[in-house]
Amino acid sequence: MTTLNINGRDVTVDVPADMPILWVLRDVVGLTGTKFGCGMALCGACTVHLDGQPTRSCVTPVAAVAGKKITTIEAIGQTPTGKKIQRAWLDLEVVQCGYCQSGQIMSATALLAKNAHPSDADIDGAMSGNICRCGTYPRIRAAIKQAARAPSAVKAGG
Amino acid sequence: MDRVSRREFLIGGAAAGGGLLLGWHMDARAAAAPDFAPNAFIRIGTDGRVTLIMGQVEMGQGMYTAMPQLLAEELEVGLDQVHLEHAPPDDNLYANPIFRFQATGGSTSVKGLYEPMRRAGATARTMLIAAAAARWKVDPASCHAERGAVIHAASRRRIGYGALASAAAALPVPDKVVLKRPEDFKLIGTPAKRLDTPAKVNGTAPYSIDVRLPGMKIATVAASPVLGGKVAGLDEAKAMAIKGVRQIVKLDDVVAVVADHMWAAKQGLAALAIRWDDGPNAAVSTADVVQGLDAASQQPGVVARKEGDAAAAIAGAATKLEAVYQAPFLAHVTMEPINCTVHVRSDGCEVWTGSQVLARVQATAAQVTGLPLDKVVVHNHLLGGGFGRRLEHDYVTQAVRIAKQVDGPVKVVWTREEDVQHDVYRPYYYDRVAAGLDARGQPIAWTHRLVGPSILARWAPPAFQNGLDGDALDGAVQLVYDIPAIQVEYVRHEEPVLNTGFWRGVGVTHNTFVIESFMDELALAAKADPVEYRRALLAKSPRGRAVLELAAKQAGWGEKLPPGRGRGIALMYSGWDTYVAQVAEVSVSEAGEVRVHRVVCAVDCGTVVNPDIVKAQIEGGVVFGIGGALWGEVTLKNGRVEQSNFHNVRVLRINETPAIEVHLVRNSEAPGGIGEPGTAVTAPALANAVFAATGKRIRTLPLERQLRST
Repeated sequence: MTTLNINGRDVTVDVPADMPILWVLRDVVGLTGTKFGCGMALCGACTVHLDGQPTRSCVTPVAAVAGKKITTIEAIGQTPTGKKIQRAWLDLEVVQCGYCQSGQIMSATALLAKNAHPSDADIDGAMSGNICRCGTYPRIRAAIKQAARAPSAVKAGG
Repeated sequence: MDRVSRREFLIGGAAAGGGLLLGWHMDARAAAAPDFAPNAFIRIGTDGRVTLIMGQVEMGQGMYTAMPQLLAEELEVGLDQVHLEHAPPDDNLYANPIFRFQATGGSTSVKGLYEPMRRAGATARTMLIAAAAARWKVDPASCHAERGAVIHAASRRRIGYGALASAAAALPVPDKVVLKRPEDFKLIGTPAKRLDTPAKVNGTAPYSIDVRLPGMKIATVAASPVLGGKVAGLDEAKAMAIKGVRQIVKLDDVVAVVADHMWAAKQGLAALAIRWDDGPNAAVSTADVVQGLDAASQQPGVVARKEGDAAAAIAGAATKLEAVYQAPFLAHVTMEPINCTVHVRSDGCEVWTGSQVLARVQATAAQVTGLPLDKVVVHNHLLGGGFGRRLEHDYVTQAVRIAKQVDGPVKVVWTREEDVQHDVYRPYYYDRVAAGLDARGQPIAWTHRLVGPSILARWAPPAFQNGLDGDALDGAVQLVYDIPAIQVEYVRHEEPVLNTGFWRGVGVTHNTFVIESFMDELALAAKADPVEYRRALLAKSPRGRAVLELAAKQAGWGEKLPPGRGRGIALMYSGWDTYVAQVAEVSVSEAGEVRVHRVVCAVDCGTVVNPDIVKAQIEGGVVFGIGGALWGEVTLKNGRVEQSNFHNVRVLRINETPAIEVHLVRNSEAPGGIGEPGTAVTAPALANAVFAATGKRIRTLPLERQLRST
């Protein structure tokens, strides 16, 4: 038995230590907002936060997350930065099919949380691991900039 | 079949500002009995709840906003007042007017349904007004509808649609209804917010890969790596020894490992160490395919368009040009890997998937299980990308075959590797083009012979007529340039080494690359500017000329560029009835790497339902097209696809994405398609820009492979 801290709650699961947390989240815990895209950390669809760091859950085994806080798309809106990013995504109509957007939003939120005013190069650096086949990149770029301009006083739930 | 339990699957996607509620509604007509449901697209409950049933699927292209805009406009309800529901499979109720069966694709939805959806909305509105007028004993003409209510202004009376539902349901459905005048539109033509976005930014939007059912197992599969191969042997004991693996399903051509979760299934699959009998395609390589196409291209094809005697005119021309263009096999790699969940019982079958061809999903499940059609229930979902991949139902057939061997529901999920290596690929096309110019450099004749398989002959046989595949030829037969002699021919040549199908833009995407690249070759031979050369040939196509001029103007065509950069232009027109011109600006490194700096598009798709969605489709189509043109190819060695995942299936990333500008021409022409034009126009604009930057004319895609080898 392993206890994971997911979105602020301790969850005990009976899974192998080498099992990537992507499958623990999706197939065992039932949090399906985190997506499977490649299984090789090549596309970013499975991005979650480990203690705030963007992490590809498809190659991160359970054994590597002991004692760390896992945050998924289902809870990212409870952080002020996550909320701002989601708001900008809505305002600029970033989304098309939407499948990659959980990962995009997790990567963008992690970027903005540590860099309040990212340059184009910063955005490229933080977001180039997230593939979107619908081609929403121009709007992702614009939405991150808009979120960066949004008042930082936005509170969770506000 | 328990309707109540199925109703429980209703998934609330409603979030801030959105009214989207997606559910799986099993039988719109039966369940609608107490409601007002004048057609298959609208249901109004006695509680006033307005449900719009989406016959066209949502795969990112905005149908779950554009279709509601059309329906709600005429129904006189706000988008904030509607709930959406996936349509069930039904080729009669939900036939795409262009395909004549239930299908979403080919950039046809708005083009085909602009009027029918409005008519559906207007019919309901007319009946609701009639019901109110009868209740009030007034002339229906003295009433109007607004935000889900009928109003009699003279007496200041107002009654909601819910209170009218039962009375309206008892009225005959009128044959003729009056559609609103465009100047009275409140929704059509506006950048209304997408109804599917709120659920897509918080992880709650349900894709079929997210399905969870009591007792459900998860399976992953390996199909023969060579088309036509069979399973020769495997190590079942090793796979079964892995914790969580429950069952191995071994069929002729595919093996599935059924497990508690995907991780166990993946490990089990690896442990099987499957041995394959590769069959007749064991030795095939890409070069063999090209050789076959080249041989086929030596023969005349079926003539699709003929004006004048092009061959004779070319023979007598002052300048003759000819070229061979090639476009490779391409994979779709939708972000949502292929998946399908199936529960086969003795008395019925349920399928959960995301499909662009829902009735075909139902039909194949019925065929595989031997059950009657009405015992197969299909739950459609939001699609995590389509691009033509989900116009095929091979994965549903496979999942049902597997599920027949499994007790309880099983979700079959392909790995990315399986997805890349068992796609239904964009065909390899091989084109011969030739032209003759007069002494002034003006084209007097044009011939285009294109060689490739017929997707339509397989996918929609009635559409394959007189040896012509209208899709393969799309864009080529509509050549808009005013040239006195034109001959377009089609040589059908099947390549049974890979399954081939539709890929964003299909015929048009490949033909536009050929036509617009070759048009630049003509301009060069005539020592003319590529924009001016085209413009002079567009006297009979004012809309084509207008987008060409607009794109050139907005891009600063002719203005000086930094050293090493080049601009290329391309114009696209096809059966989609949309005109797009694109100017791309690129530079090419010494190593042959192409950097796209800026893309400017001018778009005339006639009447626009939602200009923001149109722009998004063009932006996304351009991104899709850049990756495809620069790097896209699927190659074969020993009968196997050589690519497997995103490390060798290179697609465009954000750091490689240029600034993309989209300029819309607004007019009241009939609506055209918009999902695919952005992709179709991109490859030639890039190829022409590469030529401007380097002097290298690339006639075989992908561009970078050629740049590295020249």
